Amino acid sequence: MSNLFSSSIGKKLIMSVTGLFLVLFLLLHLSINLLLIFSEEAFNEASHFMATNPVIYVMQYILAAGFIIHITWASMLTLQNRAARPVKYSNNDPAENSTWSSRNMYVLGSLILIFLFIHIFNFFYKIKFSEVENDYELVTGTFRIWYFSLIYILGFVFLGLHLNHAFHSAFQTIGWSNKIWMKRLKIIGTIYAIVISIGFAIIPLFFLIPELF
Amino acid sequence: MNITLKIWRQKNAKAKGQFVEYPLSDVSPEMSFLEMLDALNNKLVKEGTDPVAFDNDCREGICGMCSLYINGRAHGQETRTTTCELHMRVFKDGETISIEPWRSKAFPVVKDLIVDRNAFDKIIQAGGFISVNTGSASDSNSIPVSKAKADDAFDSASCIGCGACVATCKNSSAMLFVSAKVSQLANFPQGQVEAAKRAKNMVAKMDELGFGNCTNTGACEVECPKGISIKNIAKLNREYLSAKLSD
Amino acid sequence: MNKLNSKIPDGPLAEKWSKHKASIKLVNPANKKRLEIIVVGTGLAGASAAASLGELGYNVKVFCYQDTPRRAHSVAAQGGINAAKNYKNDGDSVYRLFYDMIKGGDYRAREANVYRAAEVSNNIIDQYTAQGVPFAREYGGLLDNRSFGGVQVSRTFYAKGQTGQQCLLGSYSALSRQINKGTCTMYSRRDLLDIVVVDGKARGIIARNLITGEIERHGAHAVVLATGGYGTIYYMSTLAVNSNASAAWKAHKKGALFANPSFIQIHPTCIPVLNDYQSKLTLMSESLRNDGRIWVPKEKGDKRLPNDIPEEERDYYLERRYPAFGNLVPRDVASRAAKERCDAGYGVGDTGLSVYLDFKDAIKKQGKEAIEAKYGNLFEMYEKIAGTNPYERPMRIYPAGHYTMGGLWVDYNLMTTVPGLYAIGEANFSDHGANRLGASSLMQTAGDGYFVIPYTIGDYLADEIRTPKISTDLPEFEASEKEVLSQIDKLMAINGTQPAKSFHKRLGKIMWDHAGMARNEEGLKEGIKLINELEKEFWTDLKITGTKDELNQEIEKAGRVADFFGIAKLICQDALNRKESCGAHFREESQTEGGEAKRDDENYSYVAAWEYIDENTAQKLHKEELTFDFVEVKVRSYK
Repeated sequence: MSNLFSSSIGKKLIMSVTGLFLVLFLLLHLSINLLLIFSEEAFNEASHFMATNPVIYVMQYILAAGFIIHITWASMLTLQNRAARPVKYSNNDPAENSTWSSRNMYVLGSLILIFLFIHIFNFFYKIKFSEVENDYELVTGTFRIWYFSLIYILGFVFLGLHLNHAFHSAFQTIGWSNKIWMKRLKIIGTIYAIVISIGFAIIPLFFLIPELF
Repeated sequence: MNITLKIWRQKNAKAKGQFVEYPLSDVSPEMSFLEMLDALNNKLVKEGTDPVAFDNDCREGICGMCSLYINGRAHGQETRTTTCELHMRVFKDGETISIEPWRSKAFPVVKDLIVDRNAFDKIIQAGGFISVNTGSASDSNSIPVSKAKADDAFDSASCIGCGACVATCKNSSAMLFVSAKVSQLANFPQGQVEAAKRAKNMVAKMDELGFGNCTNTGACEVECPKGISIKNIAKLNREYLSAKLSD
Repeated sequence: MNKLNSKIPDGPLAEKWSKHKASIKLVNPANKKRLEIIVVGTGLAGASAAASLGELGYNVKVFCYQDTPRRAHSVAAQGGINAAKNYKNDGDSVYRLFYDMIKGGDYRAREANVYRAAEVSNNIIDQYTAQGVPFAREYGGLLDNRSFGGVQVSRTFYAKGQTGQQCLLGSYSALSRQINKGTCTMYSRRDLLDIVVVDGKARGIIARNLITGEIERHGAHAVVLATGGYGTIYYMSTLAVNSNASAAWKAHKKGALFANPSFIQIHPTCIPVLNDYQSKLTLMSESLRNDGRIWVPKEKGDKRLPNDIPEEERDYYLERRYPAFGNLVPRDVASRAAKERCDAGYGVGDTGLSVYLDFKDAIKKQGKEAIEAKYGNLFEMYEKIAGTNPYERPMRIYPAGHYTMGGLWVDYNLMTTVPGLYAIGEANFSDHGANRLGASSLMQTAGDGYFVIPYTIGDYLADEIRTPKISTDLPEFEASEKEVLSQIDKLMAINGTQPAKSFHKRLGKIMWDHAGMARNEEGLKEGIKLINELEKEFWTDLKITGTKDELNQEIEKAGRVADFFGIAKLICQDALNRKESCGAHFREESQTEGGEAKRDDENYSYVAAWEYIDENTAQKLHKEELTFDFVEVKVRSYK
């Protein structure tokens, strides 16, 4: 194990493991959020459970740590990667060999981070530190304001693009990939990214659209 | 054909470089790209100007000496082609073609379009071999190797060490190069003995030499003139992590 | 005094090498550490030798002109490497391999050397397999073989069409391992500019650092040249464009005799000249002749597309002339047959200087997939260069300069006539006689490097253990360096109008026209005259830009071209002297009525070794008579 995490592959392993953890978290998060559409009561109950359950209480610190590590290591790797090419190409045509999102994971990640701050302030912070009587009202009320919905939908687009590369990339990094699995993982990753981004985006749209007409 | 070349000129490693434009007329579409540069140099020498320095040797796509970032692509726009195999018929009359050296901290420019790729040798020296002394080998057929594995090893072994993967990777990562060698040797029973040590030492050397980290964009596999697959990178990750975890 | 002592051991053929190995002197491990060896060139011969000598404990300094040793032109060998493993159970043996080589070389090679090459061939395959070279395998997991020109057994091991690359990477990995251990030190991007001889012994080299332009002195107890052949003398050849003959030429000028310089193999299957700017000709592996059929139209000047020419109007001339071997006749025979057809006006393509190599029947019989598995990368390469798809339309091919059987004269220990100076691989003359069989070059060059020189060099070095580290301050180094510098200054001072490359191109044309596939007295004499004229022009009108203290590819090229003139004249002189046809050397004055080569064993059964006197004196011929004690000398026939 010596020096594993100071090696390039070790650092990427950290990105991969934290990333996969966040991938699982997003699934859980989405399934709770979808309750918004179906039942106010169920959502409030789930929300209350999440806020009070001791296991979840511990988990939220682990989750925070997951985010922080993922972001810190991404920053470290990005700085190293930039230093590896001190003189840039004056004419470069990378669109011919790779996808935009795969080349801009840090940019996408940064945009998602901004979104995350807004999101935390809007809901998590308010629910946690101020007296919110009805979580459902808070969320749906926010989504009925068009610019908040827009911010959320944009955030989910960035998230979808990020995940589309992230998913198979995480498996590639831990070595669970070969010629056949690479293709499968790419397809699963794309489906996952679409489910997450559209799944989340449906919710603000669900509340916003009736407001518009 | 008439073309304009926009070429990076740099006197030596320490000098500051810049682009210089050269118009070139009477280019035949049948010429290879390097023959076109020969024609330019012929003209420059006759005019008393320093010719453009570029690396090349076998001119049949196997030695890996030629490089060049042409119009924003390593080895030009054709896939599975080295610069020396690139022909002028893929360019348009009147086109401006930009030519730059590989850009990477680990591949410093030596002069004009020539870079120093010694870092690759250092990585191989760190472990890209099977330790067998001359004369100590047993009969080749005493260790059968499945055809699938042997073919797989061959595909990895067809790397020509040109550095296009590093040049094209947005992070200047050498993972494709390193992984090709690690997977080739890991495919053979005789290569298994040192597999863990090999993966660890080669990766450590790669990290030390200032290459960036792989972010799995897959650009290297598209630009590799020999079509080496990034499945090798997954295999290297596997080999490396299991080696490290069993330390 | 005869300068040529070949030191062939006595005894039966099959025991010579083992007896020799058992009786030559050894150097003990402690002394090896104190001895330095310089190896120049990092192809199969150089890299294997350096690695093996390093393993033995010698201090080895390795030089190459490329940026890394892995680029040496062995990398481009395609088809395969021979070994007498008899894995196919088709009656192969060391003796048969030896016999095929002797016969293929048209009885102009030394029996003992050839036998040794065949003998160590099996070890090479074992060695490379152990190093992880991915030779082709059968479904059972054992190694596969294919057949090659000039023989009737399947003994060629291969790795698709990239056998040379894979073997070279094997040797390179062994060398890398020794560099890592510190027994070998690598000096890449260096041109050898002189051999330093002290008290009659090779003691070092003068090299130019191609990055800085610095002239460096390197001393050693022995110098091994593994610098390849001089095929680029034709400018257009299958070699790398920077391959050159300077090391061999400098050694020759320092006293090493040059043997059989006119024995140059013209490879029959190369992509023909397609345009006027072309800088090289690309080889299409001889293995293609296993499945491809060579033909020209029966009608002179038939301009129809190949697929429009019906079967009965095609002349499969190799199958017609040589029914026993058909398309698999040796290279020299195939090349001359192509030339004969083209000269007679049956050639195809715009220039009329090419013939078809057709895979239609093989694809029909074996399926496209089988052909793709065997030759996929070659077909791809052909399409990239020539622009047509060989699966659909026959390839066009024509012979091109390829391999030089001639080279520095060496004895059984591979030592030249300068004590302490060795030549291995293509750089020496020893194993291929007047013609090399396919897949024998990787075999001989790896054999020399791995299994011959590591033993034989000990015989010399055993007497050098008391010689201290060679000082590079010796006056001989001083003088050599001065000479090298003055040569560079002289070249730069010409300040004429033409770049070195244009002289090389013109020299190549002269050589191809006058000392190419067919030679005659008049042509050769004319050739020498033209070379002299061109050389004079070179020394008055060469243009080099830039300075000598920097990376300057014009200086590199000019120096190499300057040396080519000497070799070019020597080739012509040797070809003039040898008034017989043998192997690749075809004198039009000496042929049978059917146009086949006619050997003259009575007068020319010898190795012609040339001694350099000085610039103004003709080189002196020394003859090493060839005796054949173990094979019966016959007329070579593939009919």
